[in-house]
Formats: sequence, structure tokens, C-alpha cells
Amino acid sequence: MIAGTMNSDLAIEAVGLGKKYRIGGIIDRNRTLRDSLGSLLRRQARTLRSLGNGARRSPKTENVIWALRDVSFTVRRGEVLGVIGRNGAGKSTLLKVLTRISMPDEGYARIRGRVGSLLEVGTGFHGELTGRENIYLSGAVLGMRREEIDRKFDEIVEFAGVERFIDTPVKRYSSGMYLRLGFSVAAHLDPEILLVDEVLAVGDAEFQKKCLGKMGDVAGEGRTVLFVSHNMDAVRQLCHSALWLERGHLQRIGPTAEVIQAYLADTVQEGTGVVFPVMNEHHGIGFNGVRLALLPGNDGAHDLHLSLEVLARQAMPRVGFGIELLTNMGARVAYLDERLTNFIFDMEPGLNRFEMECPAIDRLLAAGDYVINLWLTIANIDSLVTLDRAAALRIPGTDLYGSGLYVDVHRHGPVLLPLRVRRVEAALLED
Amino acid sequence: MSGYGLTGRLKAAPSEQITLIQPLRGWIALDLREMWRYRELLFFFIWRDIKVRYKQTLLGASWAILQPVFTMIVFSIFFGRLAKIPSDGIPYPIFSYAGLLPWTFFAAGLANGANSLVRDANLVKRVYFPRLITPVSAVVGGLPDFLLAFLVLIAMMIYYGLFPTLASVIWLPISSLLALVTALGVGLWLAALNALYRDIRYIVPFLTQFWMYATPVVYPSSLLEEPWRTLYGLNPMVSVVEGFRWSLLGQSEPRLSMFVLSLVTSLILLVSGAYFFRRMEPQFADTL
Repeated sequence: MIAGTMNSDLAIEAVGLGKKYRIGGIIDRNRTLRDSLGSLLRRQARTLRSLGNGARRSPKTENVIWALRDVSFTVRRGEVLGVIGRNGAGKSTLLKVLTRISMPDEGYARIRGRVGSLLEVGTGFHGELTGRENIYLSGAVLGMRREEIDRKFDEIVEFAGVERFIDTPVKRYSSGMYLRLGFSVAAHLDPEILLVDEVLAVGDAEFQKKCLGKMGDVAGEGRTVLFVSHNMDAVRQLCHSALWLERGHLQRIGPTAEVIQAYLADTVQEGTGVVFPVMNEHHGIGFNGVRLALLPGNDGAHDLHLSLEVLARQAMPRVGFGIELLTNMGARVAYLDERLTNFIFDMEPGLNRFEMECPAIDRLLAAGDYVINLWLTIANIDSLVTLDRAAALRIPGTDLYGSGLYVDVHRHGPVLLPLRVRRVEAALLED
Repeated sequence: MSGYGLTGRLKAAPSEQITLIQPLRGWIALDLREMWRYRELLFFFIWRDIKVRYKQTLLGASWAILQPVFTMIVFSIFFGRLAKIPSDGIPYPIFSYAGLLPWTFFAAGLANGANSLVRDANLVKRVYFPRLITPVSAVVGGLPDFLLAFLVLIAMMIYYGLFPTLASVIWLPISSLLALVTALGVGLWLAALNALYRDIRYIVPFLTQFWMYATPVVYPSSLLEEPWRTLYGLNPMVSVVEGFRWSLLGQSEPRLSMFVLSLVTSLILLVSGAYFFRRMEPQFADTL
């Protein structure tokens, strides 16, 4: 592969990138020699046995997952590319490969210019060292030269707002100060290509604005940025184009709005496999179709739209709607029957169309995948027809607390709780 | 294929380097040029290790002196006084201290080197840099402790009235370098293995203990007959300790054949360790 022939417009060129993990290899973090020797022996024994059988099975094909496979794309110089996708879609792996932390198993990538990465804030910090010392250490770790750090030192300190504590060990810093200093060092790296994981917006709202501003500046200076995020608003705001990864494969790349729309709309097609109509033949009533869409609403939120078609062979009074929302692991989030909601309608013969709507549903639910079950009843009396997994719903992430993390259904539970905390009293003991 | 690192460069701006990222398998080149580009980081790592080592300790850097001195006292009482182990005609305390000084440096270097990747796992998983920097800085970072402990040796020499000749002092840097190279070689092997198998952290204390008794720290190598004494040089630390005693205390002749044997062993350890480390390197970020 010749590195020198790269198109001069391009900052990044990835060709068929693939990265695999052996499942045992990443789960058993503290692998011991005994395990390895054991599996080695087992493998030898198996090989011997399979030789005897005349069967050939490559031991390499088992227990391997491809975190990334066949991913090819190019990024022009000065382009700001958003990388979106669900948890485990390969976004972080892609960044790790492009930053040379992890080595690909297939394909190759060529990168023009100095690469800076922001995969975690405070990379290289040591708690025992002072803010001043850590600026130098972290700067060096991120790839800055000493004289470069000297030159930018005051700017870094000022941006982080830690002037008074610059000679205090960072282990005594508040977590906010720590994050600000960490981000500040990284933000002054001035790389030609900046790779950012969504740690970007850390700290309080004001500092977040500073961070987004800084990223905007970097982008405005014609530098290339790769921005991994679950936060569709941030991606929409900052990125010219977006790349959508799905189970390690590149699903789509293109203008931001298009890709995000396709990503959100993907919730509709996925996972249900219901064949319509689904009828209760005895009563001659059932579902003729269900369509779910997550559409942009006010203030960057997304509204849930559920279109229902009820097919009735004859008129039927007082038919109730039931709806249940589950996480994709099967935990109940909401169970709404017609007793509670009073969603009761008289059905006309033929097709009856309904629109259910839940405004700003991604301000209510944590990021993740959900499943919707629907049913019809003779109101308050008897069940008519049930549609399990009528639709799948994918909620994009919301950084509710401004910590740079999004609320995740599996880690934090399904509900977005706009919790706040404020200090009502402070007693200063020192300084 | 040199793989990671600089594989092409455009004429105008030096920052317009093109980096090629691709799978590498098998034996990978050491890529010392890449190490050189990251020399400042190596310096920062060493600086950090030294800076942090005695933070939040009461006695601070005096630990660098106290450790070998107390060991010397214990050895002098048990091995010198009670067991009456011969010391080639010089006082047992200075005899054992001249051995303990390079030994302590070696043992600490080996242990720190072995632990280096695991200790810096957070960095290895989050930033790219030539991974060789980690064990190298961990081993080299022991030098200040070594120099501090050396001051004690000088004080003891004055006390006992033992003065080296100029010609023999040349063995001092040579022996120190040999200790450094050996510690680095073993440290590289153990660091790479430790990243993959955590058994190593249990093996290291045993290894250093056995190795110390296989090295003439508490006893003189003159207890061995030829040809065994020369073959003893297969353990490079034998030549290191012997070199120290000879250069400072002027006792026992330097044995060139033994020294050459030690040097060869030591270099084999270093080169094989470096290549083994590089070979395992692609796995570090994923397994640490």
C-alpha cells in the first residue's frame, strides 16, 4: 500500500476497515496463564480429534465478533463529520483504530496531518501532580511539544478557569475543575484532525458553551473533525455530514440531516416482523397496519407518531385501545389500558385510521431501544386482538445533566428525571 | 513493512505527514525512529515517575537510601556476623552494600518495568504513543534512587578507608549500564507478559528473590570453582555485582570471559524482549 498517493483533498481515507474481538479476550479481563494453557491444550486436542474425523474446522472462526467490518469512507479536509449509531455499533472502535490506539485486523486507513483525540478528558493526568505539572504531562501525552505547551500555558489555564489552584495537586480539584482543565489542555492541541468522543460537553452549562464554541472554532479554521455522539442536536449543529454505523457496518454516509433522518426512521422498519392484517376473526376486527415515526418537534426534541389502521368488517361500538411500552430487554416502562386513558372509539365498517402522538418523547425516555405492544378491547370487558412487538422505537440520547453522558436505558433506567441539586449553605474551612 | 508511523511525507509542510494504519502481524520492526520522535514524552514519563514516587510519604526520597541501608544492616548481622559468610577480606557491611546497590536498582527496575503497562493501562487504552516508552521510562526512572544510594557507598568507603584506583573506576559506569540493560530486557519481557497474563505480578517477587540468591550479593563468587565461576556469568547480574566490588574495593580481578558472557546474555535479553514486546503490542489496548 502506497501512502504517498493520497488525494490531496482528503484528510482521512478508510478502506475496508475491520476490527475483530475474540469474545473471551475482552470479557476475561484478567486472563491467567492457566486459562491460556488450558485453552491451548483444548484446541490441540480438538485439532487432533478433528484430524481423526477428517473434519476441518478452523478454531479461528469461533467466538469472534467483528466490532467493525468493511468500513470505507473518506473525509475531506476541513469537513466536520458526525459519527452516529447505537451502543456497540462500532463508533468507539472506529475512533480507536483511527487514533492508532487499536490496530485494525482488515483494511487500512490513511490520515493526513497531526491527529488529536479527545476520547476522555484528563488523559494522562496524575492526581498527585499539580495542575501546572499535569498540563505539561497531559500535553505531552496528547502529542504537544514542550515549547508548544510553554507558549499556550497561560491560555490553557485561563480557558479552564483554574488560575488560583494551578499549583494544587489535581486530586484536590473538584470534578468540574478537573474536567475543565483536562478539556482545556486537549482543546489547545491544534491538530489538523480532531477526533472527539462525546465527552465534549462536560461541566456546567457555561463551560459547555465554551466547549462547543471551541469545537466550532476548530471547525471554522478549516480543521477536520470527527465527532462521535448520541446527541443528535449537537451533531446537527456542528457537522456538515454524518456517518451512521450499524453493527460494525457503515449503514449510510451523507449530509447530516439526511443521515440523521434515516437513522431515526430506521426505528420503523426494524424488528417487528408483524404480518398485517392481524384479525380477531370471530368479531371481524383487527389491525390492518401500524406505523411508527419519530419526527423532529419543538426545541430539538422528537415527537412520537403512531399511525394505526383498524379494519372492521362491521360497525362496532366502544372499542378500546391498549398500549404497552417495554424496553427491548422486556422491562415494562408504561402500561396504558383504556380504563386509564379512556381511548375508546366507535368503529365504522372498513378502515378506521388513528394517529397517536407523544410530543417530545425523547425528553421523557432514556436513550435506547423500546418495543411497543398494542391491543384492542371491547371496552372494559374483553380483549379482542393483541399485537406483540407492534413497533420498535429507538430513542436518541439526551445529555440531561450536562455531564457529557446521555441517559441510557440499560445503565440508568428508562426515565429522564430532570433532577437538580443546588447548595443551600456552604461553610468554608480553608482558603 | 514499517506499518504504524511515518510512511510518507509531502514536501512543503512537515505536519502534512501521511500516517498509514493497517494490520500488522508477526514480528514487527522496532521502529526506533518513532521512539525518537516521542523522546519528549519519554522524558515526561520519567519525570512523572520520579516526581510521584515519594509523594505523600513521610520520609520522601530518603527511602531510596533507607531500603538498601537497612537491608545491608540485616545482612551484616545475619550473614556476616552469625553465618560468618566470607567477604574476600573486606568488611562485610561494605562488601554487601556494594552488591546491594546495583541489585536494588536492578530489582526495582525489573519490578517497575514489569508493572509499567498495567499501571499505565488508562493511557495505553486512550492515546497512541510508542508503547516501548512505558517500560523504558519505568526502568530508567530508577536512576535517581540509584545515585542517591550511591552517596552512601561513598560515605562508607571513606569510613572504611577504601579508595579505588582511577583505572578500576571505569568498571563502575560499565557495570551500571549492564544492570540497566538487563533490567530493561527482563522488564520488557515481563511487561508484555503481564499485559496478557496477570500471573506475572505474582511471579515477580519470587523471581527477584531467587535471582538475588543466584547473584553474589550476600556471598562472594570466589566460593565457586572454575569453570563454574565463569559460567556463572550467564547471569549478567553476577558481572554487575563483581564489577562494582572490583572497581570500588579493588578486590578480585575482573574476569573478561565472564563479563563477555554476561554482556551477551544481557543483550540477548534486551533485543528479544524488545521484539517480543513489539509482537504483543497490537494486543495491549484490547487486553489491558
